[in-house]
Amino acid sequence: MKINWYKYSSPANFYPLAGKMIPWFAIPAAILFIVGVYVSFFVAPTDFQQGEVYRILFLHVAAAWMGMFLYVLMAVYAGIGWAFNARLSSMMASAISTTGAMFTFLALVTGSFWGKPTWGTWWVWDARVTSTLILLFLYIGFISLQSAIDDPRRADRAGAVLALVGVINVPIIYFSVQWWNTLHQGATIRIANKPTMAPSMIAAMLIFLAACWLYSIAVVLMRVRCIILERERNTGWISEAVERHDTTNFRGVESA
Amino acid sequence: MNWSKFFFMGGYAFYVWGSYGVALVAMAGEVIILLRRKKNLTGQLDQSSEDRTHENKA
Repeated sequence: MKINWYKYSSPANFYPLAGKMIPWFAIPAAILFIVGVYVSFFVAPTDFQQGEVYRILFLHVAAAWMGMFLYVLMAVYAGIGWAFNARLSSMMASAISTTGAMFTFLALVTGSFWGKPTWGTWWVWDARVTSTLILLFLYIGFISLQSAIDDPRRADRAGAVLALVGVINVPIIYFSVQWWNTLHQGATIRIANKPTMAPSMIAAMLIFLAACWLYSIAVVLMRVRCIILERERNTGWISEAVERHDTTNFRGVESA
Repeated sequence: MNWSKFFFMGGYAFYVWGSYGVALVAMAGEVIILLRRKKNLTGQLDQSSEDRTHENKA
């Protein structure tokens, strides 16, 4: 099957496609979250050192990984949108930023909830915690910079510069536990080494990670559809669909 | 299965349920905000088309 990718790089064609894709990600995400909670609380055993509090980490690790992955993805989309003047790609970057910020915020909050009983403090200026806070500030900076500039294409270019410069922070977060003597523990799951955890604990983390990915794709598609409507409302294809009273799907667009 | 023991979480109930609660609120909130944003947008578009239809009739 040959897919004409250029066709779907236009917002008018991508809009209905994205709408059709959302349930295919949203429903499996909901199922995997339920399975993840089940494995986290009923399958994974109590940790012999930490007790029950370690169950926070399943969620914490998945959220922290998502914060980093989504940042890189956002920077790639922003960069493509800037380099090739592809407006849909820039819209994707904006759509990703909010969800990335949400996961980074969750990583910090769940880390705090774990840190209070385990380290005895809600917050430490440890290298990994601090670099993750900087990641949150980069997301917030990207979002506020874009909303401060009225012309959307200029906002996209300014955002792209910030997103691309900020990518340097992602390897800093990743290697922070090796480069500095931190309170935060090192990586538990490595590609080269055998993991040092019970299989059910790894399973809980990976199920949450998969659920978070599917969730992110679904909400990013929902948000990019809103951004398309906001930015292109005065263009021909939207007014034509409105005239046909087809504002739920803009169905006729594809055949047009 | 002892449910009160389960919810007690070995004394860490506040931290464990706090974490999962914040995550649930953040994610459900994001979805609700997006659904509302979409509804408002399509509502505005429908409204603008109705306004135009009335103008044409007048």
